[in-house]
Amino acid sequence: MIRENQRRFKFDWTTIIIYMLLVAFGYLNIMSASHTGDTINYFDIGQSYGKHLIFIGLSLVLIVLILSVEAKFYERFSGLIYVIAIVSLLGLFVFGKDINGARSWYGIGSMTIQPSEFAKFATALAVAKYISDIQTNLKTIRDQIKAVLLIFVPALLILLQNDAGSTLVYAAFFFVFYREGLQQIYVIIGFSLVILAVLALKFGTLIAILVAALIIFSVYFFKKQKRGSLLQHITILLACVVFAYGVKQFYNHGLKIHQQNRISLWLRLEKDPKKLELMKKREAYNLIQSEQAISSGGFWGKGFMEGTRTKGKFVPEQDTDYIFSTVGEEWGFLGSAAVVILFTILIIRLLVLAERQKSQFSRVYGYGVASIFFVHFTVNIGMVMGLIPTVGIPLPFFSAGGSNLWAFTILLFIFIKLDSNRINEW
Amino acid sequence: MRKLLLLGLVTIVGLAFLARLFYLQVYDSKTYNPIEDSAIRKVYTYPKRGYVYDRNGELLVANKPSYDVMVIPREVEPLDTLEFCSLLKITKADFIKTYNKAKNYSPRLPYVFLSNLSKEDYAYLQEKMRKYDGFYIQRRSIRTYRKSIGANVLGDIGEVNQSIINNDAYYSKGDLIGKQGVEKTYEKTLRGTKGLKLIQKDRFNRDIGPFQNGTLDTIAIPGKDITITIDSKLQEYGELLMTNKRGGIIAIEPSSGEILAMVSGPTYNPNLLVGRERSKNFNKLYNDSLAKPLFDRSLQAMYPPGSPFKTINALIGLQENVVSTGDRFSCALGYRYGNRKMGCHVHRSPADMNLGIYESCNAYFANVYRRIMDKYDSPAVAMDVWSKHVKSFGLGNYLNNDLSVGQPGKIPTSNTYNRAYGKGKWYPTFTISNAIGQGEVLATPIQLANMAAAIGNRGYYYTPHIIKKVEGDTIPSKFTTPKYTTIDKEHFEPIVQGMFDVYNKGTAKYVQVNGIEICGKTGTAENFAIIDGKKTQLTDHSIFVAFAPKDNPKIALAVFIENGYFGSRFAGKMASLMIEKYLKKEISRTDLENFVLSHTLEHEYQKPYSGEPFKINRETTLETIPTEEYEALKYLKAKIDSK
Repeated sequence: MIRENQRRFKFDWTTIIIYMLLVAFGYLNIMSASHTGDTINYFDIGQSYGKHLIFIGLSLVLIVLILSVEAKFYERFSGLIYVIAIVSLLGLFVFGKDINGARSWYGIGSMTIQPSEFAKFATALAVAKYISDIQTNLKTIRDQIKAVLLIFVPALLILLQNDAGSTLVYAAFFFVFYREGLQQIYVIIGFSLVILAVLALKFGTLIAILVAALIIFSVYFFKKQKRGSLLQHITILLACVVFAYGVKQFYNHGLKIHQQNRISLWLRLEKDPKKLELMKKREAYNLIQSEQAISSGGFWGKGFMEGTRTKGKFVPEQDTDYIFSTVGEEWGFLGSAAVVILFTILIIRLLVLAERQKSQFSRVYGYGVASIFFVHFTVNIGMVMGLIPTVGIPLPFFSAGGSNLWAFTILLFIFIKLDSNRINEW
Repeated sequence: MRKLLLLGLVTIVGLAFLARLFYLQVYDSKTYNPIEDSAIRKVYTYPKRGYVYDRNGELLVANKPSYDVMVIPREVEPLDTLEFCSLLKITKADFIKTYNKAKNYSPRLPYVFLSNLSKEDYAYLQEKMRKYDGFYIQRRSIRTYRKSIGANVLGDIGEVNQSIINNDAYYSKGDLIGKQGVEKTYEKTLRGTKGLKLIQKDRFNRDIGPFQNGTLDTIAIPGKDITITIDSKLQEYGELLMTNKRGGIIAIEPSSGEILAMVSGPTYNPNLLVGRERSKNFNKLYNDSLAKPLFDRSLQAMYPPGSPFKTINALIGLQENVVSTGDRFSCALGYRYGNRKMGCHVHRSPADMNLGIYESCNAYFANVYRRIMDKYDSPAVAMDVWSKHVKSFGLGNYLNNDLSVGQPGKIPTSNTYNRAYGKGKWYPTFTISNAIGQGEVLATPIQLANMAAAIGNRGYYYTPHIIKKVEGDTIPSKFTTPKYTTIDKEHFEPIVQGMFDVYNKGTAKYVQVNGIEICGKTGTAENFAIIDGKKTQLTDHSIFVAFAPKDNPKIALAVFIENGYFGSRFAGKMASLMIEKYLKKEISRTDLENFVLSHTLEHEYQKPYSGEPFKINRETTLETIPTEEYEALKYLKAKIDSK
C-alpha cells in the first residue's frame, strides 16, 4: 500500500527541477532588468521585481493546488474550462483594458490579468479532450475542421484584441494534430507554403512560381507510380500562383506598416540605404540594442547587476519580452547557452513524458504543452537574437508578469499531475 | 516517424540558438572595455596646464578661467526670453538663432550658447542661471600670455586634430594640445595627465551613477611648470628692434647653449591664438603669404651665410696646416681664377689673416680655400675633409634640440658635386664660392649664432636649447654635454682677434659699444626672387654674427635682416644693441637705437610685388617711419626700460 502510494504520486522531478532553475534564474534577471536605485535588496517588494517574487510565491500555491486535485478532474472539466476561457476572452471586448495598444487585460485594482495566457492551457485541455474522444478520427476532414475550430476561436479572439504574437502560439497545435494522425500532406503543404511565401517576398512572385512549376512538373514526370493526372498538377500550380500573388498583395496592402517593415528587415528586402536606415531607426531599435547587449556580454558576461546596457535600460521591454538580452549581457555565452540548453531539455523531456502516457488525453495534452513551450522558446529567443522577425511574446518563466508565469506554471503542472497519475490509468 | 518531427525541430532550434549565441558573444565580440561602451559616459577632468617662466623667474604663460553659457536644448523649459536676453546682453533674434543652431547640432548634447563671459558677468549670472532649465555655465581653462611677446617661442595650444587622435590614445576629440613652440615640444610635461570618470548612463543619455562604484576612475595629475632659457626683457627688446623689418635675431649663452632670445619678424601677439578666436586669427596669420608671420625666421629661414662663414674657412686652413696667420695674399679688387673673377672691395693689400678677416677680403679666403682643396690628392677627398670640419660647428644638419621647428641648412660634400657634375669632373674652382659663404652653403640664424658661440668658446658648443628647468625633473643630458669641433683650441685666438678687429678697425667700426669687447663679423647675402617668371635680384640681406665679451663670452648671436643691404647697416647695429642691452641693461648707443627704430624696410618688401621696375642695394634709399609711429615705439621702449 505504501509502495503504491509512492508510485501514485511519483512526479517527474527532472521537469520540476528545470522549472525551478528557470524560475529562479529568471527572477535574478528580472531583478537586474528592472532594478532602479543603488541598494540591492533581493526581496524588496517595493521594486517591480519584488512583485514578481510575490507571483512566484503564488505560483507555489497554484502548484500545490494543481497537484492535489484528482487527475481525472482536468479531463472531466476540460470543456468547462475551455468555455470559461472563451468567455473571459469575449469579456475583454466589454471590460478590457488597453495596454500598449492591445486590449488583452482585465484591470483589478493595480493588478492586471491577461486571459489570453490562460486560454492556452484551456485550449490544450480542450484539444486533448476532443482528440482523445473515441469517436474522433483526425483523418477525416470533418473532425479536422472541428479540431481546427477549437483553436481557431481563441486565436481569432486574441487577434481581434490586437495581440498578433499570442495568436501565433496557437499554431503550435498543428504539431499536436500531426502527432495524432493528421495526414503528412498537410505538413508538406504547410512547409511548401512557407517557402513559397518567403520566395515570393524575397525574389518576387515570378521566380517563386517558376520554382514551384519546376518542382511540380519534375514530380509529374519522374514519379512513375501513383501520380495524378496532368490536370491535377496544373491545378496545384495554379493554386501556387494564386498563393504567391496573394502573399505579395497581403504583404503590400494587408499588413500594418510596422509589420511590413519587420518582415522587410528580416528578409533584407529594402535596398535603398536611406530608407533602410530610417526603417532600422523606426523598427529595429529594440533589435539593435538587444543584439548589442547580448554581444557585449562576451563569453563570461559582465556579471549579475553589472550589465551596463541593462542598467541603462537601453533595451526597451527588457524585463518582459526582451529579458534574454539581460541574460546575454550579464551572464555571457555561458549563461545564455545554459538557458537555451535548459529549455531544449525541458521540451524534449516533455515529449518523452508525453510519449510514455497510457491515456491518449494525457499524451495529447503533454504534446500540446511541449508544442506551446517550443513556439514561445523559438519565437522569443529567435526574435531577441534577430533570427526571426519581431513578434512580441514572452519567454516562459523569464519574462516579468504574473499572468504568463501562472499560465505557464498551470500548463506545466497539470501535465506533471497527469504524468504522475499514469500508473493508475488503464 | 510522426513522433520525431517536433523532437527534431527542438534540437535544430536549440543548436541554431547556440550557434547564434556563439557568433554574437564569442566570435563577433571583443573583450569588454568600458571606454568603448556607449552605455558609459566618459568624463575627463583636465589638470592644470603647467606655467612657463623665463630665465629670471618672470611668469610668461599662465592659465585663466573662461566661462561659457551652455545649453542642452531638450532640457530647456519655456522661459521668459526677454528677461533672459537682457541678462546675457543679447537680442532676441540672437537668442533664436543660436538656440536653433544648438538644436540642429543635437537636442541632447551641450552646446556653447555664449562664450567668454567676463568674470563679473559670471558672478552675477551664476545665481540667476538656476531659474533657466537646460542652461548652465561651464568653466574652462584657457592660456594667457602675460607679456605679448615671444609668439614664436611660446607657441599656442589648440584642439587636437584627427590624425593625432588616431595615433595617440591619450587624446580624444576636443582635447587641447600644444601646436607650436614650447607648448608643442613640452606638451607632455605641461599638460599633465587627465583624469577619467566613468558614468553609467541610460538610454536617454542621462547619468544614473558611477560605473562600478568609481573603482576604475582616475584623478588628474597636474602639468609641471617649466622655466625656459629666454630672457624676456632681451626678447622684448629684440622684437621692438625688429619692428618694420623681417628677419631673425637669435642670442645664445655660449657657456651653456641656452637661448636668450629668439626673435622673428614680423611677429604677432600670442594672445591672438587663445580660446575661441584662435582658429579665426590663426587662419589670418596662416594666409598672410607675404609677411609669413608664422614662419620662424630665426629657426626656419635658410640663407647663404656670407662673410661670417669666412671665419670657419680660416680655422680649417689653420687646422689643416695649409696656411699660417702670417701668410699674405694680394688682392687686386678680387680673386681671378681662369677667366673669371670674384670681386672684392678696396682695402690694403696684400692681406694677412687678421686683415683678411676684419676687411672681409674675398681674395684672401679664396686663396685659403684653394690651399685646403689642393692639399689632398683629389678635390673630392679635400671636399669631404672640409665638409666634416664645417659640420662639426653644427652646420649642415638639424641641431636636434627642443624647438618645435628647424631646418638643416646645407653644407656640400663631394657627393653634392658628383651628382651635379659627375664623379671626377669637377675642380676646386667650381666650388670657390664656398670660400666666402655663398655657393652651396646655407645656414639658419640659429646655426650661425651657435657657430659664433663655438668660436667664442674656442672650440666647443652646447646644443642650443630652450629648456632651463622642469619642476621636479632634470633637463636632458644632451643639452649639458659640450660638443667639440674638429679644430684645435689654439687656432681660435687669431680668428677671435680678427673678429675683435672687425669692431676695432674693420667693417663694424661704427657700431662699437664703449666698455664691451665685442667680436663680430658682418655679412651680406645676395638673394633672388622669381618675378613674372624671371629670376630677379633683390637687395642683399644684412647679416651679423657676434659674441661678447671677447674672453669668456656671455652672449653670442646672429642677426639676419632681410633685404637690409650691407651687414652693419641694420644687422650690425641691432647686434650691438642686443649685446649692450643684455650685458649692461642700459643702452648708451641711443644713436644706433634711434636709427633702427625710426627706419623701416617695408618699402623694400613691397618692391617685388609692386609690378614696377625697382632698384636694389647701393641705389636704394632708407625710409623712416612717420613721427607718430616713431613716438609710439619710443614709448614702448621707455616702458621696457622702466620694468
